Amino acid sequence: MIRAVLVMNTQGRPRITKFYEFWPVEKQHEAIRNVFSVLCSRAEHVSNFVDAESIFGPAKLLSFPELDFQPKVRRTADSRLVYKHFATLYFVFIFDSSENELAMLDLIQVFVETLDKCFRNVCELDIVFNYSKIHAILDEIIFGGQVLETSSTEVMKAVEEITKLEAASNAINLVSKSVSNWRSR
Amino acid sequence: MEQLKTIGRELAMGSQGGFGQSKEFLDLVKSIGEARSKAEEDRIVLREIETLKRRLLEPDIPKRKMKEYIIRLLYVEMLGHDASFGYIHAVKMTHDDALPLKRTGYLAVTLFLSDDHDLIILIVNTIQKDLRSDNYLVVCAALNAVCKLINDETIPAVLPQVVELLGHSKEAVRKKAVMALHRFYQKSPGAVSHLVSNFRKRLCDNDPGVMGASLCPLFDLVTIDAKSYKDLVSSFVSILKQVAERRLPKSYDYHQMPAPFIQVKLLKILALLGSGDKQASESMYTVLGDIIRKSDSSTNIGNAVLYECICCVASIHPNPKLLESAADVIAKFLKSDSHNLKYMGIDALGRLIKLSPQIAEQHQLAVIDCLEDPDDTLKRKTFELLYKMTKSSNVEVIVDRMVDYMISISDDHYKTYIASRCVELAEQFAPSNHWFIQTMNKVFEHAGDLVNIKVAHNLMRLIAEGFGEDDDATDSQLRSSAVESYLRIIGEPKLPSMFLQAYAISALMKIYAFEVAAGRKVDMLPECQSFIEELLASHSTDLQQRAYELQAVVGLDAQAVQAILPRDTRCEEIEVDKDLSFLNGYVDQAIEKGAQPYIAEDERNGMGNVSNLRSQDQHESIQHGLRFEAYELPKPPMQSKVDPVSSTDVVPVPEALSYRETHPISSVGSTSEAGSSELKLRLDGVQKKWGRPTYSTPTSSTTNSPSEKPANGASHVDSATASYSKSRDSQNTKKTEIDPEKQKLAASLFGGSSQPERRSSTGHKASRSSGGAADGSRGSKAVEKTIQQPPPPDLLDFSDEPTVTSALPSVDPFKQLEGLLDSSMSSTTNHNAGTATIAPDIMSLYGDSTASQDSLDIFHGLSTEPTGATSGETTVTTLPQSVKGPNAKDALEKDALVRQMGVNPTSQNPNLFRDLLG
Repeated sequence: MIRAVLVMNTQGRPRITKFYEFWPVEKQHEAIRNVFSVLCSRAEHVSNFVDAESIFGPAKLLSFPELDFQPKVRRTADSRLVYKHFATLYFVFIFDSSENELAMLDLIQVFVETLDKCFRNVCELDIVFNYSKIHAILDEIIFGGQVLETSSTEVMKAVEEITKLEAASNAINLVSKSVSNWRSR
Repeated sequence: MEQLKTIGRELAMGSQGGFGQSKEFLDLVKSIGEARSKAEEDRIVLREIETLKRRLLEPDIPKRKMKEYIIRLLYVEMLGHDASFGYIHAVKMTHDDALPLKRTGYLAVTLFLSDDHDLIILIVNTIQKDLRSDNYLVVCAALNAVCKLINDETIPAVLPQVVELLGHSKEAVRKKAVMALHRFYQKSPGAVSHLVSNFRKRLCDNDPGVMGASLCPLFDLVTIDAKSYKDLVSSFVSILKQVAERRLPKSYDYHQMPAPFIQVKLLKILALLGSGDKQASESMYTVLGDIIRKSDSSTNIGNAVLYECICCVASIHPNPKLLESAADVIAKFLKSDSHNLKYMGIDALGRLIKLSPQIAEQHQLAVIDCLEDPDDTLKRKTFELLYKMTKSSNVEVIVDRMVDYMISISDDHYKTYIASRCVELAEQFAPSNHWFIQTMNKVFEHAGDLVNIKVAHNLMRLIAEGFGEDDDATDSQLRSSAVESYLRIIGEPKLPSMFLQAYAISALMKIYAFEVAAGRKVDMLPECQSFIEELLASHSTDLQQRAYELQAVVGLDAQAVQAILPRDTRCEEIEVDKDLSFLNGYVDQAIEKGAQPYIAEDERNGMGNVSNLRSQDQHESIQHGLRFEAYELPKPPMQSKVDPVSSTDVVPVPEALSYRETHPISSVGSTSEAGSSELKLRLDGVQKKWGRPTYSTPTSSTTNSPSEKPANGASHVDSATASYSKSRDSQNTKKTEIDPEKQKLAASLFGGSSQPERRSSTGHKASRSSGGAADGSRGSKAVEKTIQQPPPPDLLDFSDEPTVTSALPSVDPFKQLEGLLDSSMSSTTNHNAGTATIAPDIMSLYGDSTASQDSLDIFHGLSTEPTGATSGETTVTTLPQSVKGPNAKDALEKDALVRQMGVNPTSQNPNLFRDLLG
């Protein structure tokens, strides 16, 4: 399962943080700081994978008190981290061994592609100002720590539908224009 | 940053925020963006918190404003400050009827609250209501919240609704309901165990997305108990086949790959189901081979699927053909320029190496390159691989590299890890005692406080009690060398740990005791003298005590020392008089004098006092003795099958020592454990003779090494012992041949740093050419072995399926040949026809599934067709069979059969043509 999604800028400031299991705020921040210190010390043109067990600790093992036998194979407890660096932002996914690293790397790609479609030339500021929309997008891609959708067109469709319905159900206008739109005027 | 600043400036100059946010919020973001330091940022955020606190207290906040406040609260919390004062407003917002507000409310509570937060109780009701809503977006928002906020206490409150949603008309809702149920299962398996069958049912949902979602929970279920899901193997295989053959709607394609995420999940599940199950594995061979052949290795996601295929091939019952193609893929990964692919390649190599150790040899240089790589992640992965490859022949190089790396890093977590790996390898494979001690010294010197305490215990005992060799002289020689090495460490400016000091003095104590007891005169070295004096004034009372004891012991005569520290009693039982009957007289006397009678420990109810503690100590030391076997001597890994090639290495070892050797072989884990408990019993007196209760270690440590086995080791546990012994056989034969090469490599590794790369390659070449002939013969022998080793049924014996092969005896081979020559055309038409006819088929089946409800049957039905094809095609692709009996007619028949089954043409298969030509 995916344990957390972090988006932070190259200064180490978090932009989007989403933990799929509960982490106290202080712990979250410790983790973010640690992740950042690892990421910024990594050279360019190295792999996008980092062993994150020292930061996030081993994943929780499933416990099965109701089973009358001991399961032979338990999920191996480890945390892996995959990141991708775009312009001023780091996109970081933390997950356990039930996911594939390369696939996660592509999931980051899906996320960023969707953002890009949504905001046209997405930049850091779009993310800052459209907090709830970004979360809506993320929720359409990852749900409860599992991959929900991997096609950015589908995600866009879902998000647009939400936006439409939200607009219809209430007079409140959701932020639909992007910063870049506005800038291009 | 630059971008942010310019925009910030524009914003400051410009409008009142054209984005629905107020000027305040824009200012906040801007000022945070421009903050120069963490302190400044904190100040800004704290001011913002004050503002929000004030604002939230105002009466009648318009909803739109409120929404913004909530977002600002989220922002504050994201920046690391406490926003708990506003949680209640987020909770209130979930009650709102307007969709945007409700969604914002849910977003906020999922980010703010833990599943045992007090406020959850206020939300459960709303969630219940929203799960029943007509608006599917409301339902989705509620489901999202459910995943994060519901714990085992609140699951029953929402469970009925979630289960109901499994049949919702919108597939997006069904998908999310499956995932929510999965989350419940992860959090509290007991609460939903009766609903597990739902996941099976959803596997046949007519929406492939819902089917994909159900794979996640099924993966978890299979991980726990593969046996109960063996019946799904054929379903999984047929789904995978359909996915791989692009029978899913185009919208599931990703980078021209058909539903890769579903493929990855399926492959993971199949890997678990096929592990140690030959029958199940055989049904997977065809589809695995197809996917490996078809996957596009130019995209990331294609490689992800390929990697999962390798993992699956390595986990299931081995098939030589598939292993070969997996090895090819690994070669591609390792040769790639991408670090990511190298990483995956190294990982995959580690998985495959147990099954076919000879692959590692081809990639030695690539592996060495990865070890030299500046990328830490890659380096660590490579160490992981080396750990798996370690044998007594290469242990020195590997452990030395590991120690070097350990010294170079500062990450304590990983340091601990790699130190434990070093110790483990050194204990298992040490070529000589001297090397062992030196290595341990290095490890302790650089990671002293991070090493498990029992390691030091074992080392101490080893030195104190000899190495299990008959020759006393070597023992004492080694002891003196050990002492010298300790003295050298002591001489260094800073002793790394108290721990080491303690052991140094204990060692001195024991050695002097031996000397005194043997009646020799003891001259204390000045270094020792000063060390002891230092410790006499140590802050640690424990160290002080040891130092004083040593002083006292040295001053005693031989007989007294013999009595205190008797020699060679390691195997003697010390009987502990638990009842302390020798004190009875004294106790009676005391009671007569009016003392309180003794109250047993459990009656005292946790009244902590000294006698209580001591009895506990005693108890413990009886339960958990020290593990007392020495480290392993170089020896072939397999004890029962002693290989003639390497039998010269075998040194006769006493029984106690041999225990360690059986340890790494997981299949005999139970027996070795029994052995260890025996050992424990025998030994627990020893520590007490030194009067140090601190020596006792928990039993858990004795079984440490199997639990530290790498992740994929676990999946191999189940695999048949036959495959184990097979792979080990070939390992044995290989061991000797790798030796000189490794040595050369090692030399190149430790040679001049100016051009290590080039030298390593030339060194490699030289060794290759010199040992080329031998290598060649050995290699071919190994290959032969692997071909002969597996019993014929491994390769899908035809005799299992007599009806299939005899079905077409009258087909004219020449006609088939014509068809074959025209392969490109016929294959495309064939393929097209296949998809055309079958595609509607499957869609109708999907449609049926909801009506019939008897979901599994459908996939069983589907799978009957592919299984027939499976046997057909695999017979064509199995190499040894067709080589042994080159029969063109057979081959053609098989090919024809395959085509009739609608399987993709096997024109890729070179053997087919070899058959025809030969």
